[in-house]
Amino acid sequence: MKESKFNIGNLFLATALFMLVSGLCFGVLAALIYLFPDFLKQEMGFVSLRPLHVSSAMFWIILGATGCVYNGMKILINDSKIKVIAIIQWGLWIVAIIGIMGSYFIKDFGGREYWEFNPVWALPIALAWLLFLANFYQLVKKTKNWPVYIWMWMTGILFFLFTFSENYLWMFPYFREHFITDMTIQWKVNGSLVGSWNQILYGTAFFLMDKISNSKSTGTSKLAFFMYFLGLFNLMFNWGHHIYTLPTEKYIRYIGYIVSMTEWAFFIKIIYDWRASVNTIQKHYHYFPYRFLMAADIWVVLNMGQAILMSIPAINIYTHGTHVTVAHAMGTTIGINSMILFAACFEFFNFNTTNNKRLKYYKILFWALQLSLLIFWLSLNIAGIKKGIWQLSSNQSSYSKMMESLRPYFIAFVFAGVGLLLTLGSFAFGLIKSLFTNNHPEEIKTH
Amino acid sequence: MKLKPIYVFLILSASFLWYSFSIYIKPLSTKENTTFNKKMASDGQLVWQYYNCQSCHQLYNLGGYLGPDLTNVISNPDKGEKVIRAMVKSGTKQMPAFTLSDNEMDLLVEYLKSTDASGSADLRKLKINNFGMIEEGERK
Ligand code: HEC
Ligand code: HEM
Repeated sequence: MKESKFNIGNLFLATALFMLVSGLCFGVLAALIYLFPDFLKQEMGFVSLRPLHVSSAMFWIILGATGCVYNGMKILINDSKIKVIAIIQWGLWIVAIIGIMGSYFIKDFGGREYWEFNPVWALPIALAWLLFLANFYQLVKKTKNWPVYIWMWMTGILFFLFTFSENYLWMFPYFREHFITDMTIQWKVNGSLVGSWNQILYGTAFFLMDKISNSKSTGTSKLAFFMYFLGLFNLMFNWGHHIYTLPTEKYIRYIGYIVSMTEWAFFIKIIYDWRASVNTIQKHYHYFPYRFLMAADIWVVLNMGQAILMSIPAINIYTHGTHVTVAHAMGTTIGINSMILFAACFEFFNFNTTNNKRLKYYKILFWALQLSLLIFWLSLNIAGIKKGIWQLSSNQSSYSKMMESLRPYFIAFVFAGVGLLLTLGSFAFGLIKSLFTNNHPEEIKTH
Repeated sequence: MKLKPIYVFLILSASFLWYSFSIYIKPLSTKENTTFNKKMASDGQLVWQYYNCQSCHQLYNLGGYLGPDLTNVISNPDKGEKVIRAMVKSGTKQMPAFTLSDNEMDLLVEYLKSTDASGSADLRKLKINNFGMIEEGERK
């Protein structure tokens, strides 16, 4: 049986991979401005490059998450009726992406950080998301006893819609006239949006684990549900840790603080599970999906360890408003979200790893990627901590002097960033190419 | 008795909605302040967003990280309104020059007055209590 690889899920994943490549290119250009302030200053400048980079990166993750849900649902329930709505949904995304990227080029901004585009472009996104919700509901309503990943996908889709709408409350003067409320909501939104796509992606990781290990146990265990609810609880209430230094109500900060501390449970669970998961998996048949999921686990430990420490206000004042935050933002979106997405692409594209030469090439690429990311993450963290110490020192040198002193770390950052562009980019190209070539999936299965 | 996931989900969602709406309805810690024009400041935020100052600057240390935090730039004795107006018009080594209309410039300044009036973003002014939490009341 040879099935076309071009199902709707893979269409979303392929589009997501294009956004990844776009994000990587703009990221490197934006980072070069750290070293060469005049670079593209008048033509484009950081003011356009940063949103071009960050929005591309977000779309890679969000479109990728959408593709994972469609692929997962296709495997769970054989249903092909959904196509038309899904294609309209995809079309709306394309309209939004073209509009948004175009508006950044001509500097027609107007939105908030991470969503800096003119708010009209939020409409196609919201509409696409409504269609996604409708479609998903159609698919799952016949299913009983949902495994945990269906819960997580549903949660992610619902909460994305809620938070994305909340993201536009600033359009009402009532909110803008209360600056502190407005900023509180802005960071409530940012926290919960990340939580929403994490629900979809962690759900996908559970799904892939079940599929790879050929069991149904991971997705239905009591512990899995406990972890799901703990994640949901954090999505809802932990965002206060972004705004400890904002003079908002005390209870918001305390709720953020206390809820964040429950995340230690995830941390301990992953470490505890490590041994077990390695043995039960058919590593060989799902070589890259398995590798990428393991890599995601390691990055979860590193990033979450750091994040939980940063959620302690006494430590937070050293890292807040510095490149430690940037390290955390990219460490998680690359180390965790992107690794899970790559695992999913390799699985859903039925990527052929039976060719030894090819396997070796991608193995080297895989390790080069991890090394680049480590250097990337460390250099931003060191730069950030140095700035944090500067922020708290009583006789501060000037801002530009301080930034100048961070130059060596920014150089390392740019080099590691180029490493990421080359490695992540090669994976993306390889995957997209594999969609267009026949590589007999059954060969792998019966190997 | 088995606790069905749907009940846990609904209870959590209801508390989340309650929490969210309590934040929308109650303007947080916004003391009535007469040092700036509220209407103009709220329009100034649109100017701030339209020119995407947030891509390089932070407010309360949140934003892009190429440039400095601007929460209290208006009350900074070395900076203040004049420097802001001049900087935005002419740019600097890293910051591009912007062409704002006079009205937009006024709105932007009013916005920066409102951020300044809301508190201090100087982390050195914060105190940590025994619980590891940043204490209020230590601000200006
Ligand atoms: C490309 C990044 C960038 C953008 C966009 C940008 N700035 Fe700046 N800005 C800087 C940098 C960097 C500095 C620090 C001065 C320097 O050394 O160049 C600065 C300094 C300033 C200062 C002086 C503050 C101080 O403490 O020295 C003000 C005021 C300012 N910017 C306002 C704005 C406003 C208002 C906007 C939006 C219309 C804006 N900037 C957009 C990068 C930027
Ligand atoms: C999958 C790859 C990537 C993802 C998902 C990603 C994601 C992000 C996100 C979410 C932010 C916002 C950070 C914040 O506000 O704290 C960001 C900022 C940034 N990223 Fe990336 N990134 C990726 C790769 C890269 C690469 C390869 C570079 C090149 C060096 C790069 C350079 C930058 C720069 C310069 C910023 C702006 C930091 C600032 O505000 O000063 N990124 N990225």
